[in-house]
Amino acid sequence: MTSAFSAAARPESLLINMGPSHPAMHGTIRILLELDGERILDADTEIGYLHRGFEKTCENRTWWNLLIYTDRLNYVSPLINNLGYAMAVEKLCGLAVPERAQWIRILMSELSRISDHLTCIAAMAMETGAFTAFLYNMKAREYLWDVIEQTTGARMTTSYIRIGGVRADLHRDYEAAVRKGIEETRKVIKDVRGLLDKNPIFLGRTRDIAVMPRDEAVSFGWTGPALRSTGIAYDVRKAQPYLTYDRVAFEIPTGDRGDNLDRYLVRMAEMEQSLRILEQCLPRLRRETTLSAGPTPPPLDPVEAIKAGRTSPPRSPVRLSPNLEGAESAVLPEIQTSDRLYAPPAKEAAYGTIEGLIGHFQYFMKGHGLRPPAGEAYAAVEGGNGELGFYIVSDGTDRPYRLHLRAPCLHVVSALAGLIKGRLLADIIPTFGSMNMIGGELDR
Amino acid sequence: MEEKDVLTALDGAFPGDILESGTSLGDPVVRIRPSALAAVAAFLKTEPWTFTMLLDATCVDYPDRPERFEMVYHFFSLARNRRIRIKASLPATAPEIGSLSALWKNADWLEREIFDMFGVRFAGHPDLRRLLMYDGFEGHPLRKDYPLRMRQPLFKKREAS
Repeated sequence: MTSAFSAAARPESLLINMGPSHPAMHGTIRILLELDGERILDADTEIGYLHRGFEKTCENRTWWNLLIYTDRLNYVSPLINNLGYAMAVEKLCGLAVPERAQWIRILMSELSRISDHLTCIAAMAMETGAFTAFLYNMKAREYLWDVIEQTTGARMTTSYIRIGGVRADLHRDYEAAVRKGIEETRKVIKDVRGLLDKNPIFLGRTRDIAVMPRDEAVSFGWTGPALRSTGIAYDVRKAQPYLTYDRVAFEIPTGDRGDNLDRYLVRMAEMEQSLRILEQCLPRLRRETTLSAGPTPPPLDPVEAIKAGRTSPPRSPVRLSPNLEGAESAVLPEIQTSDRLYAPPAKEAAYGTIEGLIGHFQYFMKGHGLRPPAGEAYAAVEGGNGELGFYIVSDGTDRPYRLHLRAPCLHVVSALAGLIKGRLLADIIPTFGSMNMIGGELDR
Repeated sequence: MEEKDVLTALDGAFPGDILESGTSLGDPVVRIRPSALAAVAAFLKTEPWTFTMLLDATCVDYPDRPERFEMVYHFFSLARNRRIRIKASLPATAPEIGSLSALWKNADWLEREIFDMFGVRFAGHPDLRRLLMYDGFEGHPLRKDYPLRMRQPLFKKREAS
């Protein structure tokens, strides 16, 4: 490929590689440039440095097992990837999810969306020289990831949103953490706006640079903040409301020029809308009474429970390991589908009774467990970068016959070479930064 | 209701080329003759259907079928907020279909990816080469007969001296 590109170049122009080892290329992308001084005459984007065969791997894992690979797609907002996959399988199975689980999913999606936008703006600002904005954004992201970590137990590899619901209920202190996160993020958005919105250095590198015309954005298949920056108010959450998005009030911010600055401004405005959604989620998730009210018999150790269960079903609850907190059988009906074909049995049953243990194995063993009916489904959610779609073909076995991800990033980055042609070398950095290229999702 | 309209309109405009049409989990699905792809896509792109966005294109490999490769295109209409799925089956030997890169700009990369992963060729593509894998890679990894654990290291292991 290099040879074809260099063969087409004029003999007097300079050919250079930008990336893959370039700090602003995030380590996973290479741009071949033909330069006349600082002006870019021709460019070619080469991707695939982070290709790890996501689709091939998923086609060789069971429906349940492959969830962990979806964490690693857009690794800044893994919960939205979990959601996209879970919803595609649920569509295939015709599975309904309890309402509380849907609200939890919205809460998690919006936390992820804000952290995604924060990271994108942080990187973009840092690469244009505004290191303070980077640190501020990372600080806000920490507060949001605290919420995610508290409930899911992980910061990035969450695997929390699962087929038929979510893994566990929210942590008992989640509300204070979310409120703290909202408050800190609001402060950071205000500060970053103060630092960047009227900053002549930032404006000089973003205003009217890499302008994307509206019809071309559509032709390139742009979605998400990138498309909205050109003035098209398409958002999967509004256009085809999933979960309970039709019951929260929020707006779709749009830009009008489609340049780097508009892509930044749309992301900033979207974070504020996401914070609004978070605030609307909290009262919906609040419980009237705590579940563990009233005297209960002391919990039994699993070994004791099995001994007691030999003669009659154990009366006392089984003591679960602390990392299973939130997945007790008392809360399961609210956070997971009760359809035993699609959800594993409660952990108390798995640890306390032989029937539960058999049910557990039957769900998780290879060749058993989840088997969506034969057919195909395309389900889309609004990811951090736009429409994140899973196209799944099932042949009725324990693993997908074909799983394809529509990565929003791929369509955006495919327009990069065209946007920087004719511009200066330095314009690549903010243009590429405003696209929010995420290698895990782009290269799969 | 609207889904039915687009299906009947396609039937009327391309009488011999529509092999099968119906809906699957809410989305209209049409199977066409591969030769008609560009015409059908251009028809869908214009008024009144306005499927102006090529959302996604991919391929599914069925090694046991005589028409081994099934191309799957998803189009989306921003104005009408509708999706449609177009499928076309290609033979196992020398699979080739017309390129959509003249109609949609993202078709360029999407088709390069399919060529890379499945070995389907696109007639009229300006620059058909691998997208994700490197030059010199042999085979097409998403084909079902490509082994999961196959390795093709770029560099040979150094011999112990």
